[in-house]
Amino acid sequence: MSGGTIDYQRTDDGSFTAPLVLSYPYARTVGNTLARFFTSLRDRRIEGTRGSDGRVYVPPAEFDPLTGDACTEWVVVGETGTITSWAWQGEPQPDQPLDTPFAWALIRLDGADVEMLHAVHAASPDAVTTGGRVTVRWSDAPEGGINDIVCFDLIADERQSDGEPRSASGPHSGGASHSGGASHSGGASDSDGDDVVRLRQPIEVAYEWSAGPAATAHLEGLLEGRLVGRRCTSCAQVYFPPRNGVCPRCAAPLGDEVEVGPAGTITTFCVVNVPFLGQHVKIPYVAAQIVLDGADVSMQHLIQECEAEDVRIGMRVEPVWRPRDDWGPSLENIEYFRPTGDDDVATIRATS
Amino acid sequence: MAERCAVIGVGQTHHTACRADVSIAGLVREAVDRALESAGMGIADIDAIVIGKAPDMLEGIAMPELWLADALAAHGKPLFRVHTAGSVGGSTAIVAAQHVMGGVHERVLTIGFEKQSDGNTMWALSVPIPFGMPVHAGAGGYFSPIVRTYIARYDVPLHIGAMVAVKDRANALKNPYAHLHDEGLTLEKAMESPMLWDPIRFVETCPSSDGAIALVLTDEATADAHVADTGRSVAWIHATAMRSEPTIFAGREQVSPVAGEMCAADLWRKGGITNPAEEIDAVEMYVPFSWFEPMWLENLGFAPKGDGWRWVEDGVTEMTGSLPVNASGGVLSSNPIGASGMLRFGEAAMQVMGIAGEHQISDVRKAVGHAYGGGSQFFAMWLLGRDKP
Amino acid sequence: MSRDVAIVATAQRPMETHTLLTSVELLAPTLIGVLERAGIERSEVGFWCHGSCDYMSGQPFSFISAVDAIGAWPPIVESHVEGDGALALYEAWVKIQTGECDTAVVFANGKTTAGTIDRVMTLQLDPYTVAPLWPGATALAALQARACLDAGGAVTEAAMAEVAAASISAGLANPNVGWGVAATADELLDRPYANAPLRAHDCGLPVDGAVAVVLAAGDAARSLCERPAWIRGIDHRIDTQRLGARSLTESASTAIAARHAGVLGDRIDVAELYAPYSHQLLLLLTALGLDPERTSINPSGGALCANPQMAAGLVRFAEAADRVLAGTADRAVAHSTSGPCLQQNLVALLEGE
Repeated sequence: MSGGTIDYQRTDDGSFTAPLVLSYPYARTVGNTLARFFTSLRDRRIEGTRGSDGRVYVPPAEFDPLTGDACTEWVVVGETGTITSWAWQGEPQPDQPLDTPFAWALIRLDGADVEMLHAVHAASPDAVTTGGRVTVRWSDAPEGGINDIVCFDLIADERQSDGEPRSASGPHSGGASHSGGASHSGGASDSDGDDVVRLRQPIEVAYEWSAGPAATAHLEGLLEGRLVGRRCTSCAQVYFPPRNGVCPRCAAPLGDEVEVGPAGTITTFCVVNVPFLGQHVKIPYVAAQIVLDGADVSMQHLIQECEAEDVRIGMRVEPVWRPRDDWGPSLENIEYFRPTGDDDVATIRATS
Repeated sequence: MAERCAVIGVGQTHHTACRADVSIAGLVREAVDRALESAGMGIADIDAIVIGKAPDMLEGIAMPELWLADALAAHGKPLFRVHTAGSVGGSTAIVAAQHVMGGVHERVLTIGFEKQSDGNTMWALSVPIPFGMPVHAGAGGYFSPIVRTYIARYDVPLHIGAMVAVKDRANALKNPYAHLHDEGLTLEKAMESPMLWDPIRFVETCPSSDGAIALVLTDEATADAHVADTGRSVAWIHATAMRSEPTIFAGREQVSPVAGEMCAADLWRKGGITNPAEEIDAVEMYVPFSWFEPMWLENLGFAPKGDGWRWVEDGVTEMTGSLPVNASGGVLSSNPIGASGMLRFGEAAMQVMGIAGEHQISDVRKAVGHAYGGGSQFFAMWLLGRDKP
Repeated sequence: MSRDVAIVATAQRPMETHTLLTSVELLAPTLIGVLERAGIERSEVGFWCHGSCDYMSGQPFSFISAVDAIGAWPPIVESHVEGDGALALYEAWVKIQTGECDTAVVFANGKTTAGTIDRVMTLQLDPYTVAPLWPGATALAALQARACLDAGGAVTEAAMAEVAAASISAGLANPNVGWGVAATADELLDRPYANAPLRAHDCGLPVDGAVAVVLAAGDAARSLCERPAWIRGIDHRIDTQRLGARSLTESASTAIAARHAGVLGDRIDVAELYAPYSHQLLLLLTALGLDPERTSINPSGGALCANPQMAAGLVRFAEAADRVLAGTADRAVAHSTSGPCLQQNLVALLEGE
């Protein structure tokens, strides 16, 4: 269901839940070692570094895991290798290298000693074996990341490949063949004006956020345009919003429901002048701490219908609600607070 | 009952908006290598590693210390991760020190870092919680109203925040590692800087930085040997303290949080300090918005309530004053969040060790490092001395 | 010169396959419960330390709300690790060693089902060369399982199925779990693969839970508890995360930690080991030198039948301690793990006096 700007659900016991999605296109600087590795991949060459014990790491180790020294010796390795262990991905997940069932494998490339992890395309798990030989399938549209190797393909015979690069072919050609989820990750070493090599890694993870049963009365109240707080069973202070049903000071349960407001008093505020991604309100705007009548903690909200320079500590304000049809279980139902015109509460202690 | 513990090495990166030249491992190792060199050690000499950083959404890596084990040659060693919000750099150093003071390890490497340019700081720190009221004012929008309360409570003149900004940025010019090198910033120019979250101006606000710092903490025997072998100085940990309080509760005092006052009081008691302003020679305190300097002077028990701003105005906290604060330029000049607390702790150590270079305060016998985080609710401090406690 | 520290009380919230409660709602009664069992007031606790994971809950600073569950007034001495509560227990143990405090409350909550945990844990991996392939945690564990099967040692599919069957059965009897359908190993072997060679029952069930324990030193422990569960040794070690760079058929860091914790060699009555995958339990037994014929392994059911991540390790400590506290065991091993394929391991030896 949707209410205001929130997409939310009610569970059987009445609790409110909503989706929470963290999504950001990270863009990593990679340093010299990985820059060289990714540049080589883009050119269809695989290089690793040699560690202090002589082992060749692919992908390269920037620092030797045993001594901590920077690894400086580079070794070009083959495009073919051996599976040393594998697992079956029967149901490919978003952003994974292939969108039909495939194998994950640890692959020791010819010339390397430390295995790398990648995907192996196979018609069925029966085709995959420890000790099986595989060869790189290169992307036709390399971006300078690990996904420039689309995956590995099984090779039928035991002999080493002749070293010629195999271009992506067959039904699974190309890089970004993914179902659902975010766009293809891992790549784009494009320079951005000052030659910065960045690895783009969009990350999206989704959650279900539960407001918890203790918040139900409060949120139901908001749906009806009521401001419902709760009183601590120990210190008798009224919390609005009544988060988690527990008094943070006493660790005692919050008990009685108490309707607060609608008017309140500004205890402090600031004037926001910074544009922010996703901001809906025009800057400058006032963000204030308001203690609603009957509550003992303040809440943060916007002040409008008033010049910023006219807002004062101690000012009396009242809520202006959005149209009822736009209401959801959220304080956003109150679009902003505006001055009531009453005298300031001069005696309120200026704590936030 | 506790073993003695000393800081024998400090190393940090050149902090900047974007360290385009390094991976996260490279960033961390830059600080670590400098700290090890400062300590006259190799990474193989380290018994345990304690890492702190702020929310993992900043870089988009969950528990990056696990992956960093290779870059730190940590195989077979204990590696530990602390996360206490903005105070994390400080609490991490304390946890690391406790490994030595508790007799568990002799040589502990502790690291704080953040590579904020890989992501978006404002987004990462304020993912909106469903059913709430997003005001989109960020950290500045949270702390600015508290500053307004301080100003109103004590009738503070409005140029104080700018004075601190000018001081910290001028100090940063003497710190080659600092992010912001603001040449030619005068009080006049600062007062013209636009308000971001009135009453906090742009110039009074910390940057968002990539950076790292590492410290080498050792037991007494190792520290003594180091001093004897190299002639270098170490910084002895005289006391550590931490306090936390809830974010929101009825009657909460936010201008001078009780947790901060208690943290400082605990530190002074443990360290045998009865008059902090007189006995402490240098302070590195966590000031991400310049107005927090006068507020913290009061909160930590240096200045009486309501007088913090007068001390700023009188120049007490200048490098040439009687209680220099943030000779390094402070958080105001460099803010890789996971490192910032440890930068305060580490810069305090550098002052005692006499290795602060151009921003060295003369004759520092005792210095304090301070860090805070969350909604001004988590506090971590340490007291360092040139002499053994 | 180390101080004797013991677990004197534990409290677990019965786990749920999916909770709607917030972290605070999970924790607050658990903390009240553990204080009651220990017989101490909030104000008497010297140190509070907790473990959790921002990415598991989907919120930066998610641990800050956990402080609301404590009643942190007057201000408290408190710290937090980004990891399992078992690591928070380690930090508390270290702090007590310094003499700064005599008691500590260690707690953790895991709302593992808030997101898709298998995907979330991918974010632990090398951000440049592994995470962009998005392998799930189970796929990596499956790789390790295959390596173990190929090596032809103690790990066989049958042995894995035995581990799973035992977990289901013990979980049914565990009042904090209580779900599952009993099955024999043979029946389990007939089930389809999830990520071959792992079947669904070979993988820890993501569930939600909360746990707290009280630590006390020396005389404080003796005054609070008739039979404290003394922590005789505790240590943690980490391996390389790069799967190709270490042997996946052993847990080297567990063996090192076990040695430092003094676990190896002597009689152990009960062991609670955090093995999120069935084959990993077998690896841990080898690394710890434990023989299931002589030691009761995961009588709680372990983490297969119920895996509240970030709390599961501390649950192992609580389960092991409970048996020592109750007098049904004299010497117990508690273990926790983090990172892919047993990358980091914490081992402790508990003993009743």
